[in-house]
Amino acid sequence: MYKINPTPLLEVRDLKVSYGGIQAIKGIALHIAPGELVALIGSNGAGKTTMLKTLAGLHHPASGQIHYDGKNLKDVAAHQRAAMGIALVPEGRGVFARMTVTENLQMGAYSRSNKNEIAADLARMYELFPRLAERKGQLAGTLSGGEQQMVAMARALMSRPRLLMLDEPSMGLAPLMVQKIFETIRDIAAQGMSILLVEQNARLALQAAQRGYVMESGAITLSGAANELLGSDAVQRAYLGG
Amino acid sequence: MKLNSKSKSLLVALAIGLLLIPFVTDTLLGRGWVRIVDFAMLYIMLALGLNIVVGFAGLLDLGYIAFFGVGAYCYALAGSPHLALAFPMIFPNGVHLSFWVILPLAALLAGGFGVLLGAPTLRLRGDYLAIVTLGFGEIIRIFLNNLNAPVNLTNGPQGISRIDPVSLADVRLSVTQEIFGISLPSVHLYFYLFLAFTVLVIFASQRLEKSRIGRAWMAIREDEVAASAMGINTRNLKLLAFAMGAMFGGASGALFAGFQGFVSPESFSLMESIMVLCMVVLGGMGNIAGVILGGVLLAVLPEVLRHSVVPLQQALFGKMIVDPESLRMLLFGGALIVMMLYRPAGLLPSRVRRRELDTDEVVETV
Repeated sequence: MYKINPTPLLEVRDLKVSYGGIQAIKGIALHIAPGELVALIGSNGAGKTTMLKTLAGLHHPASGQIHYDGKNLKDVAAHQRAAMGIALVPEGRGVFARMTVTENLQMGAYSRSNKNEIAADLARMYELFPRLAERKGQLAGTLSGGEQQMVAMARALMSRPRLLMLDEPSMGLAPLMVQKIFETIRDIAAQGMSILLVEQNARLALQAAQRGYVMESGAITLSGAANELLGSDAVQRAYLGG
Repeated sequence: MKLNSKSKSLLVALAIGLLLIPFVTDTLLGRGWVRIVDFAMLYIMLALGLNIVVGFAGLLDLGYIAFFGVGAYCYALAGSPHLALAFPMIFPNGVHLSFWVILPLAALLAGGFGVLLGAPTLRLRGDYLAIVTLGFGEIIRIFLNNLNAPVNLTNGPQGISRIDPVSLADVRLSVTQEIFGISLPSVHLYFYLFLAFTVLVIFASQRLEKSRIGRAWMAIREDEVAASAMGINTRNLKLLAFAMGAMFGGASGALFAGFQGFVSPESFSLMESIMVLCMVVLGGMGNIAGVILGGVLLAVLPEVLRHSVVPLQQALFGKMIVDPESLRMLLFGGALIVMMLYRPAGLLPSRVRRRELDTDEVVETV
């Protein structure tokens, strides 16, 4: 069994989201404790991306509550949530294609003002992603998919987030690059960052995470410790091809 | 900014060159051409204003000329006897405000219209945004065309005439002035006024581009979702882009009205919006030098054509076969197609676009 931290960083209660006339999220409850790496897995169209976008403030929920750091996020706009430390690495990476790698990373620090700290963080990012250091002045749009994923992650980290949300970081990447990206995710988690990881690649996500939620057509069908989910028959059958 | 002696002397040479333009043009080509150069300056200002909306923030605006119109009519109403017709009790002589009052007024009014256009289109992008802005431009023009009843505000299709010329500290730009023994005709005076404003607009554009606001606009242009996830208030910044672009448009509209002495709705047709957009695209979207080049080319070339086509055809065939106006559109369309095929990023592509095209061939490695 896993421990429930009494004061979660993020707590979602009975969240319902609809758009385009379809109810994409049909009453979801989840929570993330400080420093926890939580995986949200599920097949295509289960509503995982909608969930993340709603948490980031890009979709408005029809009902339900999102509490972050003890505050209700109901009337908090997307850009304010970013300033509060919620960072989203969007699906498909969303790098600023016609800006250089450095410019991309600097945009990540848009809400921050201390120039010395930003410069120090930039140097730290290039340590974390040496590959990007070699490509500093290159336009982000000309990088490979894996490098773009690194840019998107580094850019999100530049905001000094307290909650990092990753949407399908493995999507469209070569297997070797996927390994690399997940190593980095583990490293970041080991430094105490709270992470919500959305993935179709259930095995990888559950291997990295402490806890997991399984989502199916807009609802959570299973949840528990990551290793228990990995071993459970239902997950094995549905997502791991066992 | 520190300049070394070489770039300093270049700058001085450039300044002298610019100041000599009206005299050189006058001597070589005649006074009519100085007027054309004056118009080219107005177009450069317009194109730089549109470049903020389209080039920096990536919001395609096909109704930009409406803001030019708003500025021009603002000047026309606040600097002519016209309002005496509509409100003879309040303004028996019309309204004759000072240039320095009207100019910011026109810019602010146009900026307000910019927000008015921006607010309902915040959720739209690309084609949809283009269609709504196109509609907006036409609405403004049709209003100008029809607001002569029930109260005669715009004088309808006849337009407003007898507009006060620009006068700066009692120096009227509409008559020849003697300065240090040099006689400066009206078109020369207006050239210097427009030059000063163009330099101001270029300076403002450059500062904006490098500012925090400019970088946020570029992020919105590249990926709006990611931009708002970075903490950028996309709504306010998009409205700001519309407002800033519109203010530049409105200010140049006011200058236009003062220079021309007459405004009518037909100066603000869809074709004009498209021309200004073409200046931005042809020169190099997002690149200030490119936009200036585009403005000069598209303002001056049609005039060259107008002055050369008729005599050329007369000499060759003894009569006029194609009128310059339709030939202009034909050449213009052809030039655009050639541009899109061979120089898709414009004549002077922006730093970023150039690099992007250069690195196209780089093989992606994972």
